[in-house]
Amino acid sequence: MNRTMNRTLSVKIIALTVWGLLLFSPFLFQDVRQVEVAARIAVFIVLVASYDLLIGYTGIVSFAHTMFFGFGAYGVAIALKQIGPGWGAWTLGTLSGVAVSIVVAILIGLLSLRVKAIFFAMITLAAASVALVLASQLSQFTGGEDGMIYSAPDLLKPSTKLLTDAEGDVLRIFDVRMNGKIAAYYFVFITCALMFWAMLRIVGSPLGTVLKAIRENEGRAEGIGYRVVAYRTAVFVIAATTAALAGAVYATWLRYTGPDTTLSFAIMIDILLMVVIGGMGTMWGAVIGATLMVLAQYYLRDLMEVASRATEAIPLLPELLSPDRWLLWLGIIFILLVYFFPAGIAGTIIRGRTK
Amino acid sequence: MKTLGPMIEKAGGVFLLPVAIAILAFVLIGAPSSWLTLTVAGLSMGLMLFLMASGLSLVFGLMDVLNFGHSAFVSFGAFVAATVLAWLGGWVGADSIFLNALALIAAISAAIVFGAAAGWFFERVIVKPVYKDHLRQILITMGALIVAEQLILATWGGTPTNVPRPQFLEGAIILGGSSLEVYRLFAFIVGVVVYAGIYFLLNKTRIGLLIRAGVENREMVEALGFRIDRLFIGVFMLGSALAAVGGAMWAGYETLITPALGAEMMVIVFIVVIIGGLGSIQGTLLGAIVVALMQNYVGFLAPKLALASNMLLMMAILLWRPSGLAPAVK
Repeated sequence: MNRTMNRTLSVKIIALTVWGLLLFSPFLFQDVRQVEVAARIAVFIVLVASYDLLIGYTGIVSFAHTMFFGFGAYGVAIALKQIGPGWGAWTLGTLSGVAVSIVVAILIGLLSLRVKAIFFAMITLAAASVALVLASQLSQFTGGEDGMIYSAPDLLKPSTKLLTDAEGDVLRIFDVRMNGKIAAYYFVFITCALMFWAMLRIVGSPLGTVLKAIRENEGRAEGIGYRVVAYRTAVFVIAATTAALAGAVYATWLRYTGPDTTLSFAIMIDILLMVVIGGMGTMWGAVIGATLMVLAQYYLRDLMEVASRATEAIPLLPELLSPDRWLLWLGIIFILLVYFFPAGIAGTIIRGRTK
Repeated sequence: MKTLGPMIEKAGGVFLLPVAIAILAFVLIGAPSSWLTLTVAGLSMGLMLFLMASGLSLVFGLMDVLNFGHSAFVSFGAFVAATVLAWLGGWVGADSIFLNALALIAAISAAIVFGAAAGWFFERVIVKPVYKDHLRQILITMGALIVAEQLILATWGGTPTNVPRPQFLEGAIILGGSSLEVYRLFAFIVGVVVYAGIYFLLNKTRIGLLIRAGVENREMVEALGFRIDRLFIGVFMLGSALAAVGGAMWAGYETLITPALGAEMMVIVFIVVIIGGLGSIQGTLLGAIVVALMQNYVGFLAPKLALASNMLLMMAILLWRPSGLAPAVK
């Protein structure tokens, strides 16, 4: 028992280190791209953690998580584009994105959570693909395939001077300019950290225990007197809301929203991989999974490019190593992980190597 | 009114649904010639969808395995057939029906062989280790789908591939003002023949009896001493081969195919099996025809709604019958 505690502690320490690095990343990494990576990690931690509520804690497989992510992002994007930059528009966009997510989640949930898990997976997949096609077809609202570019609220614009020195220039602290970009980063960081904390609370609450009970033995949970369908729908709605909020935050940070950044199937696969790598059923694992995957996405592709060039003389190898084949390798790694490490990194550390 | 229910039940129950849809569409469309064109298009598309979906449904019914990678077989079938047809370009364009047919048979056989082989590999390597674990099954077959799609992308490239159609399947028949494409009629005939074949296999042969028994109660069949795992791999290969044929037919129908084909078809195939009810061949055929008819009629009446129509249809049917229109007895 004590050993498990220690191991759990080590997972928590790893995850908290990641959060610590994220907290100081604008100061630690001066490069624009690295801050970009840090913001993406923060958003995806929330997205993955909310997905883990479904797949890891309750045992529901949904393929519609990007759909909710997209609802939030498109809500903010459309509001900021149509009404103009401002916190009023932002709030309106976020709320409408969340509202749409809740309604759709309840509809899907009540309709299909009473049937087999496999039905649910298929129905969410169908719903997500309809959402994707709708987003690219209703181009007068959504900008179609090209997506939308818009301005963030004033506070978060790069040109905003957050703190000024005596001459009215942007103040520098540790060589970092205190401009709107910093504000935007900390906006992302704080909202994501808050959402992550909220999800930790949910998992630790009695609700979390009921969810685990449903995952382990549905019939028994029902027998004890818990209304399984209601609980499942509730957790589906919670996850959808969180995903929509994460989408809204991400859209604010990127100042661009399109099918590729929010709705596409590739993102769904990313989320699945992050959950499996990190470890299903551990909130802290989401941090590890999201961090590793985002880092790999940004830096491993460059490495593949190099490898592909280096092996140019050998037939077939450069073709397989080219960055375009990135998904092929991800797919293979994914299959191997599900076979050999179904518990993921966090799960494997916590439970130890013994089966 | 009271006698209407049993009367409908007697006449075929839910299997009258396509007829009802067709009659409703006839009233809404108004022009008999366009209605005929759309109905034939819908029926031929329905039978192609049936080819793609039947394997998925059977495998689920028999072994409780839902293969999210099923649509990979559809894509593979389409691309293999397209490649073979391109190789036999001389035969395809020739003026003799014999050479045309030979090229077509070669293409479809290649798709069948490839589909069956891929199915065998898939069953042994991907699915076998995760029987009875739905969560990991979904994840792993999804991963396999990604890998398969990437392999197709690596082999055939991302640009659309042109599919040459045999000469004798080009053109259209004009029938009372409505034009019926020959290829659609051909696809319809192929679909009906395959359906009849499966129906015969399942209902008139000993193997079919075992399969149906396995769908109904697997443990009992095992207890009687039959090796159901062997049966299962056979069904899996059959299903993959059927999906490949469906893909090949679809490739000829579209004449221009991209690696995204599998992902596009997957959603429709899922809707088909959900509507039809998993595990039964009749249900799958019914679902396929309902979906295809809806798609064609709505595409004509309200093009903007075409995509959402199937989704709404699925929701409506799930509310009415949570396990599909005609699920296998379980």
